[in-house]
Amino acid sequence: MKNICKYLSIALLCLLPTFAHAGEAQDMAADPVLEKRMIGLADKLRCLVCQNESLASSHAELAEDLRREVRELMKKGMSDDEIKDYLVARYGDFVLYEPPFKRYTLLLWVGPFALLIAGLAGLMLQLRKRKQAAPETQLSAEEAQRAAELLNSKDPQA
Amino acid sequence: MKRFWPFILFVVLAGFLYVGLYLNPREVPSPLINKPAPMFTLAQLHEPSKQFSPSEMKGKVWLLNVWASWCVSCREEHPVLMALAERNIVPIYGLDYKDKREDGLGWLAKGGNPYTMSMSDNEGRIGIDYGVYGVPETYVIDKDGIIRYKQIGPVTPDSLRETILPLVAGLQAK
Repeated sequence: MKNICKYLSIALLCLLPTFAHAGEAQDMAADPVLEKRMIGLADKLRCLVCQNESLASSHAELAEDLRREVRELMKKGMSDDEIKDYLVARYGDFVLYEPPFKRYTLLLWVGPFALLIAGLAGLMLQLRKRKQAAPETQLSAEEAQRAAELLNSKDPQA
Repeated sequence: MKRFWPFILFVVLAGFLYVGLYLNPREVPSPLINKPAPMFTLAQLHEPSKQFSPSEMKGKVWLLNVWASWCVSCREEHPVLMALAERNIVPIYGLDYKDKREDGLGWLAKGGNPYTMSMSDNEGRIGIDYGVYGVPETYVIDKDGIIRYKQIGPVTPDSLRETILPLVAGLQAK
């Protein structure tokens, strides 16, 4: 009986740190699932202050405020797309790392592929032209024999 | 003609890069232009027991200037706003953004107060609704409460003379 008491109290003492931890970083620890979802979304959003950092990794004060905002909108039950729309309505498409497909982003999305196709077309034309410029020649029997001799000889110097 | 193609391509590319040199990546066009100014009710900075809402400004053209005591560029802008306030052309309302009340009051007491009224946005929530990302920012709002222009960064004598004041005059004449 005494032993059981001893082990039980040790086991309880081991649990103590988990309670101690609960007090700090409440925002993060309060709901790890929500936090994970928030970070996942914030990764796709741009911080407007530092511009080349995502909302998830930025330490700018605005980014902190916006993460808080996103967290609260998620708690309100808004979907990721709704939250994106909410931010776009305030900050414009610039907050999205992946710009939407619109009339004025057409060049951005289609441009690289158009350039690739233009390049390939140019290459094809060039190659076809070259083929026409240098028509295939027929070897005479003598030339064919000499070519075979050169190819079959073991000494490349011969 | 054929041998000039690489040169033509170079000129086009150089043209793009040259224009790019003078674009300011900090100036992100606001989606709020020509949209109704977001509504809010905030405590006044000087008299926190009283509140202010943009709906009170119906029928007037006004400027909403986002400022803070901790904002460095606001120091540059401050004399411009003071001079504008003296000319009595258009009322300037201030949004004290993410600031402590006493700091905001101290800054206005020391440097002068160009604002008809200031509101405290301690948490920065109204700032988010207005898409504020770099203080100072200034909005021109028309008689119907529609945002017509947003100045990102300090108002300068040039931007005032060339853009803001002509726009205000046009909106007031409507």
